[in-house]
Amino acid sequence: MTIDTSVLNALRPDMTRFAYLLLRDQHAVEDVIQETMLTAIEKQDGFKNKSSLKTWLFSILRNKTIDALRRGKREVNISTLSNDEDDGLEEVLFNHHGAWNMETKPNTWSNPDASFEQKQFWAVFDACLNHLPSQTSRIFMMREFLEFEVDDICKELNLSTSNCWVILHRARTKLRLCLDTKWFSGQGFQASRS
Amino acid sequence: MMNCKEANQLMSQELDRKLTWRELAALKFHVTLCDGCANARKQVSFIHHACKHAFGLEDEKK
Repeated sequence: MTIDTSVLNALRPDMTRFAYLLLRDQHAVEDVIQETMLTAIEKQDGFKNKSSLKTWLFSILRNKTIDALRRGKREVNISTLSNDEDDGLEEVLFNHHGAWNMETKPNTWSNPDASFEQKQFWAVFDACLNHLPSQTSRIFMMREFLEFEVDDICKELNLSTSNCWVILHRARTKLRLCLDTKWFSGQGFQASRS
Repeated sequence: MMNCKEANQLMSQELDRKLTWRELAALKFHVTLCDGCANARKQVSFIHHACKHAFGLEDEKK
């Protein structure tokens, strides 16, 4: 079947967002989108409508993004990770017994799934992801967006498994705190005032 | 009993690997007694789901 290029173009914003979150470099993103579009047009006979066009296109994009990551810096600099990215987060969150400090104990997020429908939520979500330190972000994205197994991430980046777990844990904690401040507690504040 | 700091490490790892029976039991026991950790676990799992929803691909994966 023939794919209408205007349909491909309509999917461009989502594809750009995806690639940018992973690559964080406008030029690299443009290259990846370009390659994805070309591959899609070349291989359109392979698209059998079994999956939706978006799913099919994203599977190409995913592979192109992985290639781009591999072409870029292959190894994560461990000293950068431990020095720059370990900012004593756990010392802020927990006391010396390992229990929550009063002011950092997590509250309930009310009806969080409803946020999925809100465009503003995704802007905040992207901002929080982009706010992660770059190495941490890359590992988190490889896990959650490219759906790598942890062992494969470790191999790819020459990290130990426990190192990977620590980094993923740190990423999730930072995202949790960011969403809490920028979205959920703000929402609660507005709700309590109205 | 496991402390909150350890419970938080496990609630992240449960998204990346299968916890041992013992770890899972300890984590579950901790969150029934600690609402801060129960909330943290829900939030971390919400973020995991949000990543799957972020590009509107989730509904199409059947």
